[in-house]
Amino acid sequence: MLRFILDRLFHTFLVLLAISFITFFIMYKAGDPVQLLLPPDATQAQVVQMRHTLGLDGSFLTQYRSFLVQLSHGNLGTSFVYGEPALKVVMERLPATLELAVLAMLLSILIGIPLGVIAAVNAGKWKGKAIMLFSLAGISIPVFWIGMVLVLIFSVLFDLLPSSGRGEVYLFTSALTWDGIRHLIMPVVTLALFQLARIIRLTQSGMREVLTQDYIKFARARGLPEHKVVYGHGLRNALIPLVTVIGLQFGQLIAFTIVTETIFAWPGTGKLIIDSIQNLDRPVVVAYLLVIALIFVVINLIVDLLYTLIDPRMRLV
Amino acid sequence: MKRSSSFWSLFFESKTALFGLILFLLFVAMAILAPLIAPQDPYDLSQIYLHNSFRPPGSSFWLGTDEMGRDVYSAILYGLRTSLYVGVVSTLLSMVIGLVIGLISGYYGGWVDRLMMRLADIQLSFPAILIALIVMALWGQGINKIIVAITIVSWVYYARTVRGVVLQEKEREYVQSARALGMGSGRVLFGEILPNVLSPVIVLATVRIAYAIVLEATLSFLGVGVPITEPSLGTLISNGYQALFSGYWWTSVFPGVVLVLLIISINLLGDRLREVMNPTGGD
Repeated sequence: MLRFILDRLFHTFLVLLAISFITFFIMYKAGDPVQLLLPPDATQAQVVQMRHTLGLDGSFLTQYRSFLVQLSHGNLGTSFVYGEPALKVVMERLPATLELAVLAMLLSILIGIPLGVIAAVNAGKWKGKAIMLFSLAGISIPVFWIGMVLVLIFSVLFDLLPSSGRGEVYLFTSALTWDGIRHLIMPVVTLALFQLARIIRLTQSGMREVLTQDYIKFARARGLPEHKVVYGHGLRNALIPLVTVIGLQFGQLIAFTIVTETIFAWPGTGKLIIDSIQNLDRPVVVAYLLVIALIFVVINLIVDLLYTLIDPRMRLV
Repeated sequence: MKRSSSFWSLFFESKTALFGLILFLLFVAMAILAPLIAPQDPYDLSQIYLHNSFRPPGSSFWLGTDEMGRDVYSAILYGLRTSLYVGVVSTLLSMVIGLVIGLISGYYGGWVDRLMMRLADIQLSFPAILIALIVMALWGQGINKIIVAITIVSWVYYARTVRGVVLQEKEREYVQSARALGMGSGRVLFGEILPNVLSPVIVLATVRIAYAIVLEATLSFLGVGVPITEPSLGTLISNGYQALFSGYWWTSVFPGVVLVLLIISINLLGDRLREVMNPTGGD
């Protein structure tokens, strides 16, 4: 078990290193941030001076080496634009993004799994068909389009919900104030709908497969009440593949906060990364990607460990 | 011949799949015939008059006009062209690349396999949209560029699927006997194994066309997709977004409805193909 975790951590370390190198290289090739940071009438001396201050005067390998040296001290460099440590810039905005992603994930799990089970139990009947039709629409509607339609209906036409910003924030989150909740509703629904639809589809197909198995027939034959058969025996087994997908989907959710945050002017990392790419703010882009990759990897690790809890057959040796 | 006819009859047992196919073919026809059926060429400035700007849907402009006075219906027809072109070409490209890499990786194993799968791991540790966004933001807009960006993030799904199938198939008797008969590895791979790989790849490709079109639309919405001179449905939606707040909903809503219907039609086909070709396969 410990060996497995250590192996994974080492593998993760290599992947993160590769990611930092690739991003560093792409950003290095992309252009000169100094041109964007200084006014157009800056003198040559100012350009040279600025390039030196930002550590951009060496060759690519020199720059990457000094990045690695800083990294070994837990420092991801200073943002070219904000003049603050890049990691701090990212971490300050991370709660706003995680708040959206976590709430959207919870929403889609809490609604998606029951709906998927209902759709599987009622396959072929109107109830099952209606749920599957809804989920087909859900996976087919682009995230940005959902956001726009919600804004059109709830902000432009009826003026019920605010279309931008986070509202009142209390203890890192908007979810604890009434104003914050009103701001949260549309971004969270926008982000959740696609995941919700996927979870419904996966639960439904998983449950339909499981419900034909012998042990389900046996449980029914023993006279167990139907809800115990479906949720106790059926869902438990259908959940196993679902856990992986939900884990992987969380990474997708974080990525799609880029779109949601753009539509709703949400002050999180999604807006930050768009701005930073445009400003060629390399330290922030690298820091953002490393943080996201790390979250992704940790989730995958948790998913693998959860496996062993749900299904003893998967127990790691 | 008999096999293929039973395939289609099985396929069309589902009325929704038939509906999906008709809808999809309709959109393809509209895209191909756009220059012939569009009331105006939306990118020929001599046909557009500023005094027609923001006309609501009506008899002279079925779906209204945008701020330039451009007919929204015509713009949608041309937008469909761009969206479908990007979706289909990027899917074909990534399918071919993924197929070749997956076949070689699965069949020969060794360092090629390790290198490719490690690359796939790194790539899959990132959401596709993030990679495509960074590539496009730094590389600039362009139809060919977005096709390359979508291919970069898509080949890995084909390569993994194909590799998995090849690993299974190469232990089967028919492959062993073909080898024992002295067939070269190229002929075994492309003549014997390839046909068995095709049906999961086709199912995957159908789903991925929808994904590619949505990805392109999303990137265009974020302003890093296709150039403004060759707008896709995503560009049209994005351009109309500001007008939405002033009440000119049609410039953005109609392209959006077409995009959603297009994706639904492809997903209906994909669902049915999966049921017919791969009855046990999950997601």
